[in-house]
Amino acid sequence: MTSSTMTRNDTTITVEPGQTTIVVTREFDAPRERVFRAFTDPELVARWLGPRNQTMTVERYDARGGGDYRYLCASDDGRESWFRGVFHEVREPEHITQTFQFEPLEDAVALEHHVFEDVGGRTRLTMTSIFESVAARDGMVASGMDEGVFDSMDRLAELLADGGEHPS
Amino acid sequence: MASDPLSRAFTALADPTRRDIVAHLAVVREATVSDLAEPHDMSIQAISKHIKVLEGAGLVSRARDAQRRPVRLEGEVLQLMTKWIERYRREWEDRFSRLDEVLAELGDEDQPATPDDQEHDQP
Repeated sequence: MTSSTMTRNDTTITVEPGQTTIVVTREFDAPRERVFRAFTDPELVARWLGPRNQTMTVERYDARGGGDYRYLCASDDGRESWFRGVFHEVREPEHITQTFQFEPLEDAVALEHHVFEDVGGRTRLTMTSIFESVAARDGMVASGMDEGVFDSMDRLAELLADGGEHPS
Repeated sequence: MASDPLSRAFTALADPTRRDIVAHLAVVREATVSDLAEPHDMSIQAISKHIKVLEGAGLVSRARDAQRRPVRLEGEVLQLMTKWIERYRREWEDRFSRLDEVLAELGDEDQPATPDDQEHDQP
């Protein structure tokens, strides 16, 4: 399934049935050196990477080859999620290769490629996450339900009400 | 007790442990009750109660024949994947909107005196 409205700066998610990858693309009105900095400077990362309505606390964010990261996302009701990974390669300003893990799922470590392309002074970001199985990939897409879709009862009702059906 | 499917699912998923169980099953497809109890530091009995609630809401089912009676997500729940992808996209869009703001601020730092701003800070 591909969500692909092509207006400027829209986020596109590609999750093909039966595949083990999630591809996220987005363009930014900034040169890639700046976008790259926002991906590697711990203070900047903490300002945008956490889920909505959660407080992100960076324990470590050593963005260089062989470095690692670990951060905590805490919701208002006290639920805490730890994430961690290792930077395999950090090649400024064009490519980051790293692992990603939601800590409780120790067998579901993803390999991620973040590619920063220069498009006339703007930046096109392509983030490819590769999971070890289709089930683990699907679980990643679904697991956000913990903090995302169910943070609002209205959204939950909406989700369940039209799940699988398309009323006109 | 709520009687319509929406309200039952709604009630069942209001509990964080039960949401974790559903998310976990989305990864592993099926699991025994003891597998599901393990990450939660809860007794088998406590987890069994949660699973009964999920079962009553039609969110999970348990095999009747096999001795270990694995728990799995119901097909209709798995069909929510399409919705989850859209929600996942919105989560990223949310992050990227915040990133846009960070980038705009960094831009201001890099270029403190663009032609538009010069009238403010000229010595």
